[in-house]
Amino acid sequence: MRRQLGGRIALVVVVVVVAVWYLYPPDKTINLGLDLQGGIHLVLGVDVDKALEAQVERAGDTAKAELEKRGIGVTRVERRGTTELAIQLASPQSWDAAVKATDEILATFDRKDADQAAGRLGLALKPREAAHIRDLAVRQGLETIRNRVDQFGVAEPSIQQQGENRILVQLPGVQDPARAKALIGKTALLEFKLVDERTDPESALKAGPPPGSEILYQRRVDKQTREERKVPFLVQKKAAITGRDVATARVSIDQNTSEPYVSVDFNAAGARAFSELTDANVGKRLAIVLDGNIHSAPQIRERIPSGRAQITGGFSTDEATDLAIVLRAGALPAPVQVLEERTVGPSLGADSIRQGMIAIFASTALVFLFMLVYYRLSGLVADVALGLNLLLLMGTMAGFHATLTLPGIAGIALTIGMAVDTNILIFERIREELRAGKTVRGAIDAGFSRAFKTVIDTHVTVLVSGLILFQFGTGPVKGFAVTLMIGIAVSLFTAVFFTRLLFDLIYMGQRKRETLSI
Amino acid sequence: MIQLFRDSNFDFVGRRRWAYVISILFILAGLGSMVAKGGLRYGIDFSGGTLIQVRFEKPVSVDRIRQALETVQMGESVIQEFGDTREYLLRLPLAALSSEEVTRRTQDALAKDAELGKHEVRRVEFVGPQVGKDLQVQAIYAVLWSMAGILAYIAIRFDLMGGLASVAAIVHDVLICLSAMSLTNREMSLAILAALLTIIGYSVNDTIVAYDRVRENRAKKRRGETFATQINNAINQTLSRTVLTALTVFFSTAVLYFFGGKVLEDMAFVLTIGVITGTFSTIYIAASLIVDWSNWRERQVARNEWW
Repeated sequence: MRRQLGGRIALVVVVVVVAVWYLYPPDKTINLGLDLQGGIHLVLGVDVDKALEAQVERAGDTAKAELEKRGIGVTRVERRGTTELAIQLASPQSWDAAVKATDEILATFDRKDADQAAGRLGLALKPREAAHIRDLAVRQGLETIRNRVDQFGVAEPSIQQQGENRILVQLPGVQDPARAKALIGKTALLEFKLVDERTDPESALKAGPPPGSEILYQRRVDKQTREERKVPFLVQKKAAITGRDVATARVSIDQNTSEPYVSVDFNAAGARAFSELTDANVGKRLAIVLDGNIHSAPQIRERIPSGRAQITGGFSTDEATDLAIVLRAGALPAPVQVLEERTVGPSLGADSIRQGMIAIFASTALVFLFMLVYYRLSGLVADVALGLNLLLLMGTMAGFHATLTLPGIAGIALTIGMAVDTNILIFERIREELRAGKTVRGAIDAGFSRAFKTVIDTHVTVLVSGLILFQFGTGPVKGFAVTLMIGIAVSLFTAVFFTRLLFDLIYMGQRKRETLSI
Repeated sequence: MIQLFRDSNFDFVGRRRWAYVISILFILAGLGSMVAKGGLRYGIDFSGGTLIQVRFEKPVSVDRIRQALETVQMGESVIQEFGDTREYLLRLPLAALSSEEVTRRTQDALAKDAELGKHEVRRVEFVGPQVGKDLQVQAIYAVLWSMAGILAYIAIRFDLMGGLASVAAIVHDVLICLSAMSLTNREMSLAILAALLTIIGYSVNDTIVAYDRVRENRAKKRRGETFATQINNAINQTLSRTVLTALTVFFSTAVLYFFGGKVLEDMAFVLTIGVITGTFSTIYIAASLIVDWSNWRERQVARNEWW
């Protein structure tokens, strides 16, 4: 071991250089967690069942239209539960044709039950198809949210899937959390629905809406009293045009009222549909519905061939900007719900960093002084090793792009106290060997080798709980596990290998030495 | 040379019953306080709910804030001073309302109250009920798994009895920490769980040091030495190590408690308690239980022979 001095020094130098290389400059290489730099951490639950229901309903609508096209009378097609369809034929005579046709049209469904005499057919979405739709809903939702966040302009956002149907969104340094949250969480399902003028909304509220129609509300805020009221509208259930056909959307300012509004351009198919719709329904009212709320319901005065629509509704500039963003980015395939939120303001983050730094410095100073006083020169050796430990810890964090969180800072402070434990175990052993009458050289050898097994044991147990914590933890707590584990692992190198090297260097060529500063 | 406990020869094992009594009394006090308070207090990480940290421009009173919150039917909130009388934690019960709604209402209420002056929302945490429940289950698994991991490791490295005694010591440490939390009105949070898991991994360290020594001594057993004496000697021989290693970690956790800021305070508190009780349990639980176990076994053997 002693002969390989050159090699050991070289190894330490290489390790230090690599650590410094990764670490420099520290303010750029160390990732700060949201709890330190401020920002929003959101866990969103995707309501995948809603996406399934929508898909099943669409399939039902298509099937009904297709069956009727083939001359098979259908009384009703209904969704049952999340993934099942019930088809009621007009007459049992067309049974065979209907069964053949549905097998073909609804190929992604399995036939579940059949009652030929009653002309009733039950189908269920294939489990594999359902799983695919669920998965797609989460992935599309994630893409849509990423799109929105990109357009909103956040530096280094992180958006990832978590578990089966959760999306983790982390936005560092966002100033207005409420706005960002509204932007991300909005389903943004834009629908154009014709107003049903067969009866007025009031009587529909009492008697229930006629078949094929539903009641939706428009929220109106009185400008003077700031009071909000809901105005009911009776509209057709089926949307004439949806946000899928939107090519782009942008904010414009009304020349007369100087209020911002959102101007929507349809793509070619949307423009054609819009033109046909307005042509066929001049004089009627068209409700513009966003996520089930009516924004406005203007009257169609003439055919609109331009494929351009305006959404007005008393927006603030921010609201209009955000609406344009979500319409451009598209609707979420399924609604999302905030399951967990952690928002930290920038001032609290700065305070935490300051206090964390103080804690690390104070802890280092105290341990440093203690080791120096108690073990004198050997204590100084341990202190140098401790300094190296901190350097390597930070270098490793930078190298792995690990995130430093506030509990992570606690982990560093704790590492300082634990890293010197290894030295204490070794030094106490050396003292004991000296008392037993060993020479300086012999005591150092015996101290290191005998303490080594114990040191490994103690490291393993801390790493075991660290690993479990890492596996379990979320965000900040994970940061704690990371710093603790790296610090403990690094201390094997610094407190054993590096300390030994320093001992060998100090006592090199002093074979006759009789005392040890320990 | 400074030397703690040079050639110490305390009779730890002989006085272990006193230590058992002290531990049990403390844990009973903790359990009593938990029962009196209706269980261990869970923070929003585990119970779900909304937490808002607000800093006011000038000092305000809890009553003042409560009055403001009452105007939006949120007078039930827990309002807790955080550091000084300008900063407060508002813990809003998990209502039927969404987190946005709760946060918005609270901010409106605080902004409307002219007497409160300007305020800054520094932190908002919302944990939905499902997430809270998931975390509760996961937390219990995390604790059990780490204990199982350590039991397995000690059982392989030493023996099953040593593993069981170590786990008993760990359970003891966790119970003491939980008791101390309940007695000082602290809430169980993710950070506390992290502290507990760290203690689980750390407190067993001293135990390993002592066991190692027992094994080493066994090789040079002197005649007429009882098992209890062997253990007691091992404890005494490693005493300075046990205390010194705990001391440096204690320095770190104590510094963290006093200087690390309010957010880390509870975590640092549990770590500090854990380090102290970890040292205590090494001596009085992990080592002493082995003595009791081996005595009990000897009596069993003697009785069987007599039969």
